[in-house]
Amino acid sequence: MKPGTRLKSATCDTEVMVIRAGQGTIECGGAPMAEDKQSAGEPAADHAQGTLIGKRYVDAEATFELLCVKPGKGSLAVDGTPLVTKDAKPLPASD
Amino acid sequence: MNIALFLEMAAQAAPERTALVCDGARFTYAELFAAAQGAASTIRQSGADYVALLDESSEAAVLALFGAALAGVPYVPLNYRLADPDLAALLTRITPCLLVGDAARAGMLCEDPANTLLERADFVTRARAAPRLEEADPGLGVAVQLFTSGTTGAPKAAILRHTNLSSYVIGTVEFGSAEEDMARLVTVPPYHIAGIAALLTSIYAQCRIVLLPAFTPEGWLDLVAKEKVTHAFVVPTMLARVVEAIRAGTPADVSSLRALSYGGGKMPRELIEDALDLFPETAFTNAYGLTETSSTIALLGPEDHRAAKASQDPKVRARLASVGRPLPTIELEIRDEDGTVLGPNQAGEIFVRGEQVSGEYKERSALTADGWFPTRDAGYLDEEGYLFLSGRADDVIVRGGENISPGEIEDVLLTHPAIADACATGVPSLEWGEAVGIAIVTAPDCDCPPHDELCQLVRARLRSSRVPERTLVVDTLPYNEMGKLLRREVKGWFGA
Repeated sequence: MKPGTRLKSATCDTEVMVIRAGQGTIECGGAPMAEDKQSAGEPAADHAQGTLIGKRYVDAEATFELLCVKPGKGSLAVDGTPLVTKDAKPLPASD
Repeated sequence: MNIALFLEMAAQAAPERTALVCDGARFTYAELFAAAQGAASTIRQSGADYVALLDESSEAAVLALFGAALAGVPYVPLNYRLADPDLAALLTRITPCLLVGDAARAGMLCEDPANTLLERADFVTRARAAPRLEEADPGLGVAVQLFTSGTTGAPKAAILRHTNLSSYVIGTVEFGSAEEDMARLVTVPPYHIAGIAALLTSIYAQCRIVLLPAFTPEGWLDLVAKEKVTHAFVVPTMLARVVEAIRAGTPADVSSLRALSYGGGKMPRELIEDALDLFPETAFTNAYGLTETSSTIALLGPEDHRAAKASQDPKVRARLASVGRPLPTIELEIRDEDGTVLGPNQAGEIFVRGEQVSGEYKERSALTADGWFPTRDAGYLDEEGYLFLSGRADDVIVRGGENISPGEIEDVLLTHPAIADACATGVPSLEWGEAVGIAIVTAPDCDCPPHDELCQLVRARLRSSRVPERTLVVDTLPYNEMGKLLRREVKGWFGA
């Protein structure tokens, strides 16, 4: 998956931009995400935490990083493992 | 990612928030995004390969930036202060273009019929009326092309890709992090990287952008009070003029100003100390960056400022004159001429690497094979990793094989009460290859101190190799409009 690719959820309104990615399937609501809108029903119950616009989502190894550009009801995962939000220390405004 | 997505996200998350205030015009985030989409279809319809701006800051500059991004063509803000022949030469490098701003001047300088020339108001009206561009992905090509100021030769076309700028924004700002009342005053010209970066980071944070098209200290203070500005960026010259205006009794209410950042040139130590006293409640941040690095790569934050000012330790105090530490998202090294990486307190050339670093010109990339950008800026890191700048690598005076930074000599000269301004430069020397020459501007009603006295002053504070061989007394030193000292011109005065 190339950085800069915009992916859409098949189970909710979520859209993400790929910032970095490795080997594996990016999923939302338990179903694979794709560049074109697919329909796979509602998010699976254990993948329905929701996404927040502007949040960055990463895996434990930081191989994957996704930026949520449109929020939805499903939650993000790679090969079934949930992604977590990345909290960076804010920097003072410099320009 | 494409920078236009930042505006789309802000419009989605906070449609009713005020995005932009300029000369009485106000846009919400939803309105600004809609107008940017209209601008994109206007641009696409013109068939232009570039969107040029020949104008001061206004809503048109913002619409041109994001309209160009949505249309997938580079945005090229031009320096309207350039002389006609220089500007004409740049215009021939960006045809066919849609040019916004001084259409009459552009038409006179470049008669290419393929260009579309629109006055500011005309462009804004069309953008607001045009339908949105119904089209696929504008891609991730060049977002911004900036002609570098050319203090060291002919202007180069520096290229910033969407990926460079978006990495900078995502890496340094949290989306939607602006408090409800946050207002950023943007006053640097639109063709300066700090002006572009300010628009992008402000929109991503969702703050209210207050534009001041042409800087005057009175206008700046007036807007701070009227719009309850909370954040602002200034170049040192602007800060000096604001401080001067307040001292001269210009009405000033800066109580809303929580943060003031500065950069773009060397900040005199005295000026920043004065400013810290005049704005006791304001958090100061010093930013260092280049066009080729998508703006800031190092910063000295508010806590660093306070710690340095309050410290008794001369090492910590000295950090007030540093540009702080590199951003966590980039790598920074100091290297000598052979490319060897230097340790703390050893001066050399600053190299940077990271996703925000473009290091790319239209003609060629300046990056090394492994992605490092040689900034041509000279400097060193102290033991704690604070970066100190010592001028352009090209400005270093090489006297008998010894590297001398002009800044250290100037700092010493400026401690003399009779000296208002000073520039040190390399002058030809039979004995040393190059020796130190100084150009001096005397303080009002002062005579220039005798050459011997200046030599003694430098010798007492620095090494004897720094002692000037030649002294020139001048009325003023040459600066560009961003307050950058044009050392090459001074060098020319010595016949070098």
